[in-house]
Amino acid sequence: MSAASVFPRLEPLLPRVSKPIQYVGGELNAVAKDWDSAAVRWALMYPDAYEVGQPNQGVQILYEVLNERDDVLAERTYAVWPDLEALMREHGVPQFTVDAHRPVAAFDLFGVSFATEMGYTNLLAALDLAQIPLDAAARDESHPVVIAGGHAAFNPEPIADFIDAAVLGDGEEAVLEITDIVRAWKADGRPGGRDELLLRLARTEAVYVPRFYDVDYLPDGRIQRVIPNRAEVPFRVHKRTTMDLDQWPYPKQPLVPLAETVHERYAVEIFRGCTRGCRFCQAGMITRPVRERSITTIGDMVERGIKESGFNEVGLLSLSSADHSEIGDVCSGLADRYEGDNVSLSLPSTRVDAFNVTLAQELSRNGRRSGLTFAPEGGSERIRRVINKMVSEEDLIRTVVTAYQGGWRQVKLYFMCGLPTETDDDVLQIARLAHEVIKAGREATGSKDIRCTVSIGGFVPKPHTPFQWASQADPETVDRRLKLLKQEINSNRSLGRAIGYRYHDGEPSVIEGLLSRGDRRVGAVIRRVWEQGGRFDGWSEHFSYRRWTDAAAEALEPMGVSLAWYTLRERDENEVLPWDHLDSGLDKEWLWADWQDSLSEVEQDDCRWTPCFDCGVCPGMDTEIQIGPTGRKLLPLTVV
Amino acid sequence: MGKRKPVPDRDQEPVVQRIRIRYAKRGRLRFTSHRDFARALERAVRRAEVPIAYSAGFSPHPKISYVGASPTGVASEAEYAEVGLRRPMDADALRQALDAALPPGIDVVDAVVSAGGSLADRIQVSRWRLELPGVAPDELAVAVETFMAAPEAPVERSTKQGRRTLDARAPVERCQVVEEPTSMGETSTSVEGLAAPLPGYPAPCAILDLVVRHVTPSVRPDEILAGLRSVADLEPPAPVRATRVAQGVFTEDGDVADPLAADREGTPQR
Repeated sequence: MSAASVFPRLEPLLPRVSKPIQYVGGELNAVAKDWDSAAVRWALMYPDAYEVGQPNQGVQILYEVLNERDDVLAERTYAVWPDLEALMREHGVPQFTVDAHRPVAAFDLFGVSFATEMGYTNLLAALDLAQIPLDAAARDESHPVVIAGGHAAFNPEPIADFIDAAVLGDGEEAVLEITDIVRAWKADGRPGGRDELLLRLARTEAVYVPRFYDVDYLPDGRIQRVIPNRAEVPFRVHKRTTMDLDQWPYPKQPLVPLAETVHERYAVEIFRGCTRGCRFCQAGMITRPVRERSITTIGDMVERGIKESGFNEVGLLSLSSADHSEIGDVCSGLADRYEGDNVSLSLPSTRVDAFNVTLAQELSRNGRRSGLTFAPEGGSERIRRVINKMVSEEDLIRTVVTAYQGGWRQVKLYFMCGLPTETDDDVLQIARLAHEVIKAGREATGSKDIRCTVSIGGFVPKPHTPFQWASQADPETVDRRLKLLKQEINSNRSLGRAIGYRYHDGEPSVIEGLLSRGDRRVGAVIRRVWEQGGRFDGWSEHFSYRRWTDAAAEALEPMGVSLAWYTLRERDENEVLPWDHLDSGLDKEWLWADWQDSLSEVEQDDCRWTPCFDCGVCPGMDTEIQIGPTGRKLLPLTVV
Repeated sequence: MGKRKPVPDRDQEPVVQRIRIRYAKRGRLRFTSHRDFARALERAVRRAEVPIAYSAGFSPHPKISYVGASPTGVASEAEYAEVGLRRPMDADALRQALDAALPPGIDVVDAVVSAGGSLADRIQVSRWRLELPGVAPDELAVAVETFMAAPEAPVERSTKQGRRTLDARAPVERCQVVEEPTSMGETSTSVEGLAAPLPGYPAPCAILDLVVRHVTPSVRPDEILAGLRSVADLEPPAPVRATRVAQGVFTEDGDVADPLAADREGTPQR
């Protein structure tokens, strides 16, 4: 396909769609590279609307890492809303990149980052708009190699038919190695065509090429085995881990959108990985080990990031930011540097710990105060032992009271519903906790003017976690418990008035469950939903449960399986899971033992501060925990 | 502890100088909405390390005020804003710094130290240039004549509050077809910085020169086109591209005078 800009054909359509600015590119720090001088060209996609996808760290990092190479070009593309999609179809405009408005089909590689499985229908929409065959098997040498990444790529089986490859884990080095392989193959005159290129990628053992694996099923629908169908293809594909994050201080030149987006801030990932061992948390399991950025790298990144972007907000991100070995010095050092500068600093606070309040206090010294969120996740002590969230009720009350005393009038408490072994009582305990929080807060502050918001998410069992074998709660149970909880919260009118209650219906979680733990047979469901108009499934106004259940019935039942089979069924120890050939480093036996511990309500410590408990990641991946303290401090910035 | 933490003792430095800027929205960045532009300018101020003054309070905002705003999707050569500084600065240095810190296509083209008076009061009319691909100049001239002769041209606008009817004819001070050849690409700009019709647009392309008085609610180029449709049956076959060429004081001889002229001369006006 010609790489010429489609902008002349797109531009007349833009006045007819909502928020056209999201499609024009031209952001500060966007890169415009010469097409002809690039040896390897990537189109990078975040499969959601621009306002959600543009701030995505993963895509921004890869965009920058790739474009820093002289002979490599990377451009970005996002899901287009249905209004523009209809016009593009009418006028024959293909899926385009926002940077130079080139057709996605003209690139060598099409990398799609899946933070969530709910983006799968948007992948199909983009492929189809790009005029790339949906079936990977139908593509030829002229089509881009479609590669999935992001957390969902740890089980890409449901989209195995639609992608050519998947990369598990950190992308910084992986994209460069893939680039080298593609460059060499092109320079060699594309020997062996697409097949040879995919084989070269698969041989690295770090790129999963689904077509080189056959899946056999047992008569009862379970998987019998997954085996390579080619010599030279490894039995297991391993995740990638970028070590020494100080060597990868990206984003250096953050993209600054003109359109309004969900996160307009400079975000610095202060560490990657988490070993707290919350059993529901896929991110914590698949990103091990913990690798910190040093305090000085964080300081340099923030300084440069603000200068290059002009953002007035900085987020210190990670899975549990208060756990950074020098978080106190990071926060006070940054607060000193930016005091009076109208730069707001924030820490996503999920650790239930009074120390977190101290840090937030420190960061808000210059007057801008961010909200405080604590995540006990479970309402009863019992369920918190099951999920390994080691927070006592006393901890929670003390933390929240500290926040109220520190001047916060409102805190947010995050919980999950539908956890393994959960009973009605476990959920109703959330109401009791919230009541206690308000009572203690009123007592400590002498004021009635304090509030808390209880926010509840539906639990979805994820691959590569101890809960990968668990039965997911059915939506009726979840919805019933959420209703009971609401009544319980309001059973005391005085306390109930001070408590906000936010929750989602149980239905989308079931579909997320299907897509999370599905195998290749689920691909037919995704395709059917897309054909029936499914798009933007992460958006409640676009999601249709009925469309998914109808498609699941049609596509799965002839094969003897069903939506319930994938979601509600508890797996046994010996079942071959669809992702067993994909190696996250976690030892399956350890995961099973942790699942059994969970059922016996036995907790597991964090290996950052206690001896190794043999989850398998460090020896298996040849990695290690990288943490401080470095003992260094942030010096004041020179005043300009 | 009491209720709300008292407002921190953080006196912001006062404004010591105001600079008025004119900026342009060009090419693909004409799809920038006013809110988008405001965010971009605040960030540019920070990047350029402009000594901007901030409002006091919990959530300090940079002291920037905007005068009017062109509709999203409409290019402009003449948008205005005023920035309040806590340290004086050379106006052209500010212009250059902001221009460099904004993405190409949002260009700061002029900056003058305010001599006082209200800038908004000097922005009374807009001069628009409308390109109508596929419309012959003669055809347009006939429609314009009918439109200008009409006592009124009621058009509908749908707003969040529902539909309302506007008179698109009343605020139009001048409306004439201009003769001028154009043959430039998408990104190239003429002396006035106007993007030309795109390849693939049907020829011919008539060009309309409009001067419209600012009234409340404002009448936008879209509504003038709707008026031409309702009063004179003009149906352009392709999307019309509009550019605001100038804003300012409507002079007696029917022209639009530079609203920054008074500041440039240093004579405070009304």
